[in-house]
Amino acid sequence: MPGAAEKELELSEQIEAFVARLKRGGQRPRSEETARQTLGLLRKIIARGRWGKAGELMGLIRKEGQRMTAAQPSETTVGNMVRRVLKIIREEYGRLRGRSEESDQQESLHKLLTSGGLSEDFNTPFAPLRANVIEAINELLIELEGTTENIAMQALEHIHSNEVIMTIGYSHTVEAFLKEAARKRKFQVIVAECAPFCQGHKMAVRLAEENIETTVMSDAAIFAVMSRVNKVIIGTKTILANGALIAVSGTHTLALAAKHHSTPLIVCAPMFKLSPQFPNEEDSFHKFVSPQEALPFTEGEILAKINVHCPVFDYVPPELITLFISNIGGNAPSYIYRLMSELYHPDDHEL
Amino acid sequence: MAAAERAGPGDGAGRAPAPDRSPVPAPAPVPAAQMSGGAGGERDRGRGRGRGRVVAAQELPPEQKLQLRKEKKQQKKKRREEAAAAAEEQPRAEPRLAPATPDGPGPPAGRTKAELRAERRAKQEADRALKQGRKGDPGPAAAPAKPRAAPSEPQSVVKRLPEHVQVDDPVAQKKLAKKLERQQVLMRQDYGPKVNLFSHLHQYSRKKPLTQEMSIPSTVIHPAVVRLGLQYSSGLINGSNTRCIALLQAFKQVIRDYSTPPNEELSRDLVAKLKPYISFLNQCRPLSASMGNAIKHLKKEISGLPSTKKEEEAKKKLQDFIDQFVRERISLAAEAISKYALEKINDNDVILVYGCSSLVKRMLCDAHDKGRVFRVIVVDSRPRLEGRDMLRQLVRQGIHCTYVLISAISYVLPEVSKVLLGAHALLANGSVMSRVGTSQIALMAQAYNVPVLVCCETYKFCERVQTDSFVSNELDDPDELAAQRAGVLASWQERPSLRLLNLVYDATPPGLVALVITELGPLPCSSVPVVLRVKNVE
Repeated sequence: MPGAAEKELELSEQIEAFVARLKRGGQRPRSEETARQTLGLLRKIIARGRWGKAGELMGLIRKEGQRMTAAQPSETTVGNMVRRVLKIIREEYGRLRGRSEESDQQESLHKLLTSGGLSEDFNTPFAPLRANVIEAINELLIELEGTTENIAMQALEHIHSNEVIMTIGYSHTVEAFLKEAARKRKFQVIVAECAPFCQGHKMAVRLAEENIETTVMSDAAIFAVMSRVNKVIIGTKTILANGALIAVSGTHTLALAAKHHSTPLIVCAPMFKLSPQFPNEEDSFHKFVSPQEALPFTEGEILAKINVHCPVFDYVPPELITLFISNIGGNAPSYIYRLMSELYHPDDHEL
Repeated sequence: MAAAERAGPGDGAGRAPAPDRSPVPAPAPVPAAQMSGGAGGERDRGRGRGRGRVVAAQELPPEQKLQLRKEKKQQKKKRREEAAAAAEEQPRAEPRLAPATPDGPGPPAGRTKAELRAERRAKQEADRALKQGRKGDPGPAAAPAKPRAAPSEPQSVVKRLPEHVQVDDPVAQKKLAKKLERQQVLMRQDYGPKVNLFSHLHQYSRKKPLTQEMSIPSTVIHPAVVRLGLQYSSGLINGSNTRCIALLQAFKQVIRDYSTPPNEELSRDLVAKLKPYISFLNQCRPLSASMGNAIKHLKKEISGLPSTKKEEEAKKKLQDFIDQFVRERISLAAEAISKYALEKINDNDVILVYGCSSLVKRMLCDAHDKGRVFRVIVVDSRPRLEGRDMLRQLVRQGIHCTYVLISAISYVLPEVSKVLLGAHALLANGSVMSRVGTSQIALMAQAYNVPVLVCCETYKFCERVQTDSFVSNELDDPDELAAQRAGVLASWQERPSLRLLNLVYDATPPGLVALVITELGPLPCSSVPVVLRVKNVE
């Protein structure tokens, strides 16, 4: 049918455009935006793609997901959304099959103990699967929209009057969190500018518009000023399975300085940033930008003889973090691995 | 005294039945006991006075008692002021003996133990002054003033707080304004809204140096000093060694151009001439610890000049002293430190340095010349970006370098074998005061188990103590922080809730530093007060 072929072409074009955009990088979109776009694309694949059984669908999603994550490994929200969709498919299939979730889990345990037990083959075709899965994805999209608000609603439980709060760089979640608290309480914020892009400047301007007393300082003054800070509240790019963070560079220094002064470090991040990867080597997640940001090309004569590094991310180990505030409430870093098992299926950890 | 008091009522009771007779014999033993004040013990005098006081108290009605007490207090105050004023001016020591003696006997009712003690001390001061006058030693006039000042003013133990950390105190600022007016130096105005935590510090703008408001050529300030002030406030001369050497060179020029006015002594007049210059430089940029110590030594040398020396000889001696100071305490010290540091640098080391320290630069270049093979990682921070200077100089020497910003330090630290830092000053409690960001690097290095070595000459050792980076610091121009490619903060002054903080120094706790390398050898941080004491004794 020509209509279907056209639609397929359009779909593959859209996927290509998305992958190309991810690969190019540079625009630094919000993680929520990326997550929403990924889900939209996956929904289209499920709606228009040619598949009959759940197993085929999962294979299709997995293939597209691998392509998307390979384009930009540091955008972990893409991979997270793919895994969520896979879990949704498994659940819907299981529900149609008539199996409850509890027994599902018991089966996997049983599988562990007795190697080679029953295996889920996903080969039975079910007609309502498509509609169910799409509905579940819609619910997920609605949940996604409400994450920032959910986190901001918890602000008053954590910020009291006359506090001095420190943050680094720019995070939408933290901005919403602080603005919500500022409606009822009066406190001060110190923002570390986070060279070389100095996103902290944008954060400070936004906070000052709400009449929050904001101070901008250089990254070098973090330890100097920390003795006067009551709480450190930061956002992050990714939460790893052991409760560690992949955050903007400079965060590790901030976390160590907070630990030295016994200042609580609070991370505001929605659950879709939780990634089921463990850190294998601490170097494997690194992403670099042009060294021109650190040392401009006008320094010409020495550029050929030196190395310049400009890493974007930092690894923060879980023992430096006090609390995670997410859309499902507050959690300690030691509980993160458990939350993961509710979101993703163990077989999907490796796409 | 207690025994005397207890004996008092008993005696009084004993004497009570004969009230008329007691006033006559009572005053007689009292003055006698007081006259033997020098020889007699405190208790004898006290007992005698106690008895006398009790008898006198019994005789006088309560209102007269109150009046007596008020008079005693006033006399005590007057005597203390007189004695303090007299002790400051040594030449008047001899004629002062005359007014001292009539005060001696005085009315017996107006005497208290403290007043007697004060008089005794005044007599001792006068004797000492006589002796010193005979020896012909000019001696600092401060010496007799200090033991006098110590019991009456408790704050001489703590040095007077410098003005530049008391900006929020209107009294201190008014005093400073008066002093500057007297010296005919302009007072620099603060710029921009300050962060609350640092409202006690000055914040100046680089674009408005003091020289813009002065009339040039200035009649009060020597042109070399004016130029130096401009170089300081615009940031052309940076780094504590560089600033100190520039200061001493300017003062050498001042001394060369100096001629003693008639009826004045060089030792006193030159110090007085230097005071407005120092105030002016302080207004341009607060003095560093190295500069402060150098000025202290110079002033001591000037005051120590014998008045018999001819002017040309004295000037030459001072210039030689300045040369020797720079040579010994800065250049030779750098050589010695470099030698000790060479033992610490091994082949295939990866050394991390921060910012631009002349001493560290010298150490690395020397080690490279001696054939050590090592790599350097230069860490830099906004807004000063001093590391680029260091980078250029090291690359010119042929040392293999890497360059990162301070936020990337946790990326490079796993491969670093040691951290070498310079210092602006070393404080008496072991804290290292250095460029802002140093404490952070020391903290991160400790987390990765990398040793931190600080290099510092001994002339930068300070008697101050500091535990945080707030109380004594310097604020730089906030517009420098706002100057960034994206220019988001360009109009920061229009937003009332937004403040910019551009700190210059911070204090590293001694626990984070493994070793301090000085020209006396490698020392732990806790040895700073020992060195200070040894140097002072010398």
